[in-house]
Amino acid sequence: MTVLDLKSLSLRHVNSALQNASSETSWVLENPMGKHAVAAGLRESLKVDIKGSVGYYCGGMNKNADVVVHGSVGPGVAENMMSGSIYVKGNASQYAGASAHGGTLVIEGNSSSRCGISMKGIDIIVQGNVGHMSAFMAQAGNLVVCGNAGEALGDSIYEANIYILGEVKSLGADCIEKQMTEKHKKLLTKLLAIAKIKNLSSKDFRRYGSARSLYNFKIDNTY
Amino acid sequence: MTKLPQTFPRQSNLFDKYTNSEIRRAAQTGIYDIRGGGSKRRLPHFDDLLFLGASISRYPLEGYRESCNTKVTIGDKNAENPLHLDIPITIAGMSFGALSGRAKEALGRGATIAGTSTTTGDGGMTKEERGHSNKLIYQLLPSRYGMNPDDLRKADAIEIVVGQGAKPGGGGMLLGQKISDRVAEMRTLPKGIDQRSPCRHPDWTGPDDMEIKILELREITSWKVPILVKVAAARPFYDIALAVKSGADAIVIDGMQGGTAATQEVFIEHVGIPTLACIKPAVEALQELGVHKKVQLIVSGGIRNGADVAKAMALGADAVSIGTAALIALGDNDPKFEKDYQKLGTTAGAYDDWHEGNDPAGITTQNPKLMKRLNPVEGGRRLANFLKVMTMEAQTIARACGKNDLRNLEPEDLCALTVEAAAMSGVPLAGTSWIPGD
Repeated sequence: MTVLDLKSLSLRHVNSALQNASSETSWVLENPMGKHAVAAGLRESLKVDIKGSVGYYCGGMNKNADVVVHGSVGPGVAENMMSGSIYVKGNASQYAGASAHGGTLVIEGNSSSRCGISMKGIDIIVQGNVGHMSAFMAQAGNLVVCGNAGEALGDSIYEANIYILGEVKSLGADCIEKQMTEKHKKLLTKLLAIAKIKNLSSKDFRRYGSARSLYNFKIDNTY
Repeated sequence: MTKLPQTFPRQSNLFDKYTNSEIRRAAQTGIYDIRGGGSKRRLPHFDDLLFLGASISRYPLEGYRESCNTKVTIGDKNAENPLHLDIPITIAGMSFGALSGRAKEALGRGATIAGTSTTTGDGGMTKEERGHSNKLIYQLLPSRYGMNPDDLRKADAIEIVVGQGAKPGGGGMLLGQKISDRVAEMRTLPKGIDQRSPCRHPDWTGPDDMEIKILELREITSWKVPILVKVAAARPFYDIALAVKSGADAIVIDGMQGGTAATQEVFIEHVGIPTLACIKPAVEALQELGVHKKVQLIVSGGIRNGADVAKAMALGADAVSIGTAALIALGDNDPKFEKDYQKLGTTAGAYDDWHEGNDPAGITTQNPKLMKRLNPVEGGRRLANFLKVMTMEAQTIARACGKNDLRNLEPEDLCALTVEAAAMSGVPLAGTSWIPGD
């Protein structure tokens, strides 16, 4: 295990060490003190423990690494993540998991507005609530919310699935409640297990997705 | 009966034939018109400027013998590997999806022969394009289609696209006809849907956020490549100042003549300002911040020849970018396809329904049969020739102005033919020392 202290080392030094890690697979980052882009651009199968809260874009574009944040995260955690996982012990600010193509993002606390915006295949599990415009234009993947969802959930959603346990303040354009089939329950059970959530059952969740009524403009431009 | 004299039938300038046809089209269909390209209306442009050349008070350079540098470096402020270009003319971002894979390959080939860069677009990076482009700029767009860190690290520069001259404040549009299996897979979308790209980035909202976004991109790419910010010509003074504040290494500003693959006609023709009008305020912002020529300015939107290149540079640009002109060089709107254009209800030179995917020239299409009409090797050669001619034309003008480097062209070398052009570009009306508003 290698310990890097962000109080004394530059962000570049720390990220470079993580991005180019070859033999060492276990890392601890101390004193993140809200710094931005911590552990961004990782590519190897590492375990990274961040001992505190971080700013914007923690774990941005992550591939393969498993990152645990022992604190809260600023906007854009796990943005464009490709694979691996990011586990946040605290709360997340806006745009958590934005545009992420894969991997798993778990947030133990709440996630602010636009959680899962433009998501493209990531699985996001939020144990608390999510703010307004979450899963906006979500293309693929799963957003699981064990609390409530704010206004305009799933606005202009494509093929992503949203699972909500609590209340939904309002649905966005083209987002509708959909049938919770056995296949979906099975998948949700798996996602809850990944997030180590034991006291909730997939059968209590409701599923939301696209009505697909915005998929084709009714236009003809041959005139 | 005596026939009384009649006036000649008078067509309205206000309700002209095009306007009337659009009213009839709208009345029939109930939908707005979508098309590709940039503004087609008459706008103050580089044609409204002239170079003064040299005479007794200025000393020219010999046209063929004395050297005139065309090389330019983009993004040497922060990046370990700035973009070194042989000519100050780059190829603008055009997506795979909007264009065929072959067209992207042709652009890469042409740019590489000419020693310049090409740019991805709203559909990710293709093998064809990366493989055939010696220097490739990778765009980070609001949609983030196909965005991934591996491609990001393969890029020679990154361009954060905030806006596009054809549609400031608007997102992209790619209609179902062009969403083939490959395009759908690259964009993580169902095949055949009409796809709307968002107009806002998903993970930042303003210049303070963008500054942090730029930091993140630098961290992911180990501070190796330059980061450009592309903005539409809207409020150039403030937008350029904010882009500089955010830490951009270079800025692309795209006027309303800049093309798009598809958007509403009303957007193209009525939102944004002309290219000519955006350069002066952009340069003033850079000068005020003390970074003119340090944070490079790339101007795009209606650049058609070496004179336009020279004029943009004389007004303060470090380089220009071409899109529509590059497509025409490849064969877009070529009269040799006239029969096919007529079948589509249009004519060579006017074809702009690029979104429908039926391009007779095989460029703006995903139809396998039509795509074959473009030979990427031949297309690349044509583009390289065109870039070479543009460069030589710009050099011809620069030498006539006594400049041994295109970057040394200056507003003092110019005059304006119209009061509007003088006011917009900040150069005096021809034969006077009058700059309106100065």
